[in-house]
Amino acid sequence: MKTSGSKSPREWVAGHVRDIPRSGIRDFFDIVSTMKDIISLGIGEPDFDTPWHVRESTVFSLERGATHYTSNLGLLELRKAVARYVNRFFKASYDPETEILVTVGVSEALDLALRALINPGDEVMYHEPCYVSYRADIIFAHGTPVVVETRAEDDFRLTREMLEKKVTPKTKLLLLNFPNNPTGATLPRKDVEEIAEFAKKHDLLVITDEIYAELTYDGEHVSIASIPGMKERTIFLHGFSKAWAMTGFRLGYACAPAELTEAMMKVHQYTMLCAPTMSQKAAIEALTNPEFDVTQMREEYHKRRNFLDRSFREMGLPCSKPRGAFYAFPNIGGMGLTSKEFALKLLDEEKVAAVPGNAFGDCGEGFLRCAYATSMDNIKEAMARMERFVKRLRK
Amino acid sequence: MDELLKILKQNALESPENIAKMLNLKVGEVKARIAEYEKKGVIRGYQAILNEDQLDLGRVTAVIEVKITPEREGGFNKISSRIARFSEVQSIYLMSGAYDLLLFVAGKDLREVASFVSEKLATIEGVISTSTHFMLKTYKHHGILMETEHEDERLKVSP
Ligand SMILES: Cc1ncc(COP(=O)(O)O)c(C=O)c1O
Repeated sequence: MKTSGSKSPREWVAGHVRDIPRSGIRDFFDIVSTMKDIISLGIGEPDFDTPWHVRESTVFSLERGATHYTSNLGLLELRKAVARYVNRFFKASYDPETEILVTVGVSEALDLALRALINPGDEVMYHEPCYVSYRADIIFAHGTPVVVETRAEDDFRLTREMLEKKVTPKTKLLLLNFPNNPTGATLPRKDVEEIAEFAKKHDLLVITDEIYAELTYDGEHVSIASIPGMKERTIFLHGFSKAWAMTGFRLGYACAPAELTEAMMKVHQYTMLCAPTMSQKAAIEALTNPEFDVTQMREEYHKRRNFLDRSFREMGLPCSKPRGAFYAFPNIGGMGLTSKEFALKLLDEEKVAAVPGNAFGDCGEGFLRCAYATSMDNIKEAMARMERFVKRLRK
Repeated sequence: MDELLKILKQNALESPENIAKMLNLKVGEVKARIAEYEKKGVIRGYQAILNEDQLDLGRVTAVIEVKITPEREGGFNKISSRIARFSEVQSIYLMSGAYDLLLFVAGKDLREVASFVSEKLATIEGVISTSTHFMLKTYKHHGILMETEHEDERLKVSP
């Protein structure tokens, strides 16, 4: 029985959690999941199955009894493999003994980094449109999120000028994500170097979420961790979900200078203990021949990217070139509907699901995120339906 | 391999219009390149991949290992192309190892294949020995699994 003065369930919830709005993705998911026979361009994970040799070796590791805790940092064999891979692919060198922490996805790695580094009230700059978790994660860590808006006119690149406008004496951290979810934007070397200069000038830490790095279709991927003088102030996050199609394994890692790794490890140790052992075994296998698996999938995404890019142009929807990840972010602002109205109408009339752009930040309003992590046949059909839909709207 | 060929190998029915979109080329260019590959003989034909087990054709396929003596002129090629011309022979490969040629031979039944082996194949000059194995079931053919893959189990929308 409720006595006078006792709290309502809503009041029990911590204020900073209560105040975070429900994710726009979830609202949309609830609607889509009631519908049958839709083609979904709304899925932010690979359609490919995890490479067979990885699955096979996971089963083998279970048979051999790899079902216990590992060290807090993760299996040393995996950390060594990660160090070799990061050195080769990202040109950044980390000591597997002290500078690499294996985590439950980039999701956990990001949470650890924010919690380990932020004091209440520290400002954290991040760019929108962006992955839905960033803002909330910063708030959970009692930081103050500061948005930097990227724009379609600049192909959603992030530039030093944009950052200079938002930096204050309270700014402690800059959070980067390129190739970007949801825009598909990448950063050319020049921008990365200028952002690095910016970080040094203002003595900022950088967290860089490079989970889509391997899925870069035009030009090279440049990690800010590889820029001279940046390793000291960078927390590099990566994982196996995207390029290796291992989302359900829940495995990622953070690479950072020893003292920062130690701080993250402290949080990890008391909240997670260690990442799942069988997934760590799987990751070791994934890293034994990474180029083979990843190249095949990248080539397939690349063709789909081209197909979408051309299709949007043909139907007259402006879309800045998606150069990485598996998302295109066309501008549907000229159609007289909001993102949400457009997405709902498209779903209703043509049974194609794509996520309204404002789910990724206010400045995503007027855009639609179309993920091409689905078969070419689905993409062809979805584009035919969208073209028909757009034509009807224009009448 | 040329991306264009990879696409056709995956799906020979892909239209030049779609291929052009995937490779960011002009449709005319795609058509011209396909024609060129056909002319040069790189593309030898287009076939459907069937799950014959489902069709109950009452046919058998045998895999036959053949040892031969190479001829003074032409080595293995002459005798191999003689064997290749039999309509019963579906595929033939020159192999390294314990035998020289590997044949895939189709026939109405065991008897028909057996008589092909004893009357036609074994009697060719230069064939030293044969070893015939009958195929029981196809699980994967030309990179395509014959069992229907499970449905997409992913969430319909995810971040
Ligand atoms: C930019 C970005 N970072 C992180 C994640 C989460 O990755 P993980 O599966 O490694 O937790 C996602 C997943 O969609 C993402 O898009």
